[in-house]
Amino acid sequence: MNFYSDNEALKFHLNHPTMRKCVDMKENGYADKGKYDYAPENFEDAMDSYEKVMEIIGDISANVLDVNAEDVDHEGPEVIDGHVKYARGTQENHDVLTRAGVYGIALPRKYNGLNFSYVPYVMAAEIVSRGDAGFANIWGLQDCAETIYEYASEDIKDEFLPRIHDGKTCSMDLTEPDAGSDLQAVQLKATYDEAKGMWMLNGVKRFITNGDADIKLVLARSEEGTHDGRGLSYFVHDRNWGGVRVRRIENKLGIKGSPTCELVFTNAPAKLVGDRKLGLIKYVMSLMNGARLGVGAQSVGVSEAAYRAALKYAGEREQFGKAIIEFPAVYEMLALMKAKLDASRSVLYETARAVDLSKSYAAMVNEGQKLTPEQRAEMKLYQRNADLLTPILKMFSSEYANQVTYDAIQIHGGTGYMKDFPVERYYRDARILTIYEGTSQLQVVAAIRNVLNGTASKLIESYESEGIKPELQPLRDTLKKMHEDLNRAVDTVKGLDNNEAVDFNARRLVEMAGYTILGNLVMLDANRSDMFRKSAEVFVDYGRSMVARHADFIASFRNEKMEYYK
Amino acid sequence: MSFRIVVLAKQVPDTRNVGKDAMKEDGTINRAALPAIYNPEDLNALEMAIEMKERIKDAEIVVVTMGPGRAAEIVRESMYRGADGGCLISDMKFAGADTLATSYTLSMALRKLSPYNVLICGRQAIDGDTAQVGPQTAEKLGIPQITYAEELVDVDEKSVTIKRRLERGVETVKAPLPCLVTVHGSAKECRPRHAIRVMQYKYAATPSELASADETRKARVAAKPELQIKEWTAADLAADPDRLGLAGSPTKVKKIDNVVLVHKEAKVMDASDASIDGLMKELISTHIVG
Repeated sequence: MNFYSDNEALKFHLNHPTMRKCVDMKENGYADKGKYDYAPENFEDAMDSYEKVMEIIGDISANVLDVNAEDVDHEGPEVIDGHVKYARGTQENHDVLTRAGVYGIALPRKYNGLNFSYVPYVMAAEIVSRGDAGFANIWGLQDCAETIYEYASEDIKDEFLPRIHDGKTCSMDLTEPDAGSDLQAVQLKATYDEAKGMWMLNGVKRFITNGDADIKLVLARSEEGTHDGRGLSYFVHDRNWGGVRVRRIENKLGIKGSPTCELVFTNAPAKLVGDRKLGLIKYVMSLMNGARLGVGAQSVGVSEAAYRAALKYAGEREQFGKAIIEFPAVYEMLALMKAKLDASRSVLYETARAVDLSKSYAAMVNEGQKLTPEQRAEMKLYQRNADLLTPILKMFSSEYANQVTYDAIQIHGGTGYMKDFPVERYYRDARILTIYEGTSQLQVVAAIRNVLNGTASKLIESYESEGIKPELQPLRDTLKKMHEDLNRAVDTVKGLDNNEAVDFNARRLVEMAGYTILGNLVMLDANRSDMFRKSAEVFVDYGRSMVARHADFIASFRNEKMEYYK
Repeated sequence: MSFRIVVLAKQVPDTRNVGKDAMKEDGTINRAALPAIYNPEDLNALEMAIEMKERIKDAEIVVVTMGPGRAAEIVRESMYRGADGGCLISDMKFAGADTLATSYTLSMALRKLSPYNVLICGRQAIDGDTAQVGPQTAEKLGIPQITYAEELVDVDEKSVTIKRRLERGVETVKAPLPCLVTVHGSAKECRPRHAIRVMQYKYAATPSELASADETRKARVAAKPELQIKEWTAADLAADPDRLGLAGSPTKVKKIDNVVLVHKEAKVMDASDASIDGLMKELISTHIVG
């Protein structure tokens, strides 16, 4: 079994036409050629390496992670003397991936990274999540290295980044008992110790994924007397420096292999990352965007696992003299699961490409290269699209993972409710996806501005301008109608001239934009490959009806109606 | 390199998941229906070789495989996991070799590769299950052998200490080098392919593979000696033609029976403790369990 090579859709997205640009930019004219014997000579060489490394990860996910997942779910991690001991399977997963040299995928080669584009990096996260969604957190936290790379000093980069490849794990320590969605309330105190030349951290963090990591990024209050986000800075802590104790591990519904820790910091030494006071405003926001993309990948991986389990079962289970997949009630469910899965994956890689290209431009600027006006315009466009797409991806893919795993149990019937099949685990694992790294409700907050200001509409227009096969024209016509409904609804809500009414309807508007964007993406996938044709038809049908539903609600909305909901 | 470890590895049809089309009408293996894989116990041997290399300064791992042109994949796969290079022994004259002819051919290749310190291979291959090739090769070379190796205890320039997996226990033995080790499937699993090694060695090729490759690949391999997989024919080995392939194989297959498992009788029991007890006793007395 191999979770990369058994999935044609992955190969399809990895070979998207935009990849040439992504790879060319990431490799900066293939400048590492000759400097490192594993650096690619050209685009084809790089793509070939991407595929080969995806195969390694697909192999390990199928034959190690997936096999260990059930035991890990039962066993879970434990706390011994203030430190975390992973479940046996979790440790094995981590060791095998470390020995495969696949940590530090996106880091530059000078830090022992593979310098891969963000697209295969995200794909690796999807593949790992299909094997074990809980483990995907430990794997995915290597994203912290990206923040260190982008914002920390050269000294800190040299000190920490090369260790990622050796399997040193990371954590991002943000949440506190009184600071969950509202991170401005963070209280963990950072004081500078002149004698030691280090910052000292004191306080408590809660719900910290992989909290006993080797390398921690900690959000803390460095400016005494402040109470909002502007008093927060970002720090890096090395576990070897001591001072952090794991007080307990949460007992969770799902992703049980991933240790969720409550931490006590007692004079824990730390170094400042970047500039003071920019902790929340700049660095956490950047890290959070990466983490949201990671949750998107995790969601798609879980959906893939659940859909496959349901499809297999529906084909094997016979009732009333035939396989249950032959009943309309069942095949409709499966078709919609598949359509949601394909649409989630499509927006996942569309977002990954936008993030990848905007990161590459940012790297050029960081290295002091001067951009042409066209390049600058393009960089802005990719950044805007990344900002719009990230919350839409996070919200849609995680909600769909919940719907798909729910349906997967339904298709299994009573059997699915039992621990005998993995679908109940997928269902439990999926539940956190709409919550952490920003709830779906917060994704709406992050996305609504770009829906109201026309960014979403512009992106949709760009999709509408792409050439398509004639047989897809009816789908395009429907999608254009959805777009018109969206624009009309946006105008209606804006016309209400009431901020609360905008907040009240924000989710509907963001969803309308989401259905239209995802619908366009799957349709364009179908334009490149027939394997997405059915999903395009099913998703656009479904999206149209959902858009119509929201449009209807908004058309009959009146400001005074909000009172009934209070 | 002062210390040379040679891994003998074989490409085999994957007989672990045999479907209906695994055998042809004439009773021979339908190779087209079975994917070619790295013989599982040879992977255990490769892991042990890599562990030896980690313990000895300046050691190199060379993989030797005998088979058709596509078996070069075994050498590349080994390089992805930790080997330094390899050699494909390939010639139509080797076809149809039994264990005697195979071990003769391998011994001639190893003479050519000499000096070596450790020869290491899997206990047996899943297509033949004879467990004879390793021991016969050691005999022909006149070196000691340690079979059924499960764990590497120690290795230095002069000797190797190994734990052997026996039917009813474990035996620790020490042998002087050079020596041949055959590794049991209960030994440590082989590490995965390493991403960076894959990128470093993916273009490695034999001369035959290069003959049909494009100019870019030819130039790439020409520039980097570590990408050049050696390829030896019967002539290169200076082998006695009468001892090769079918001609050198006294083992003749007389007949092959296709065993089809059919159930002959069914036994229906009720769900009482007494009948389950009866079933257990029957299974134990017929040695099906226990």
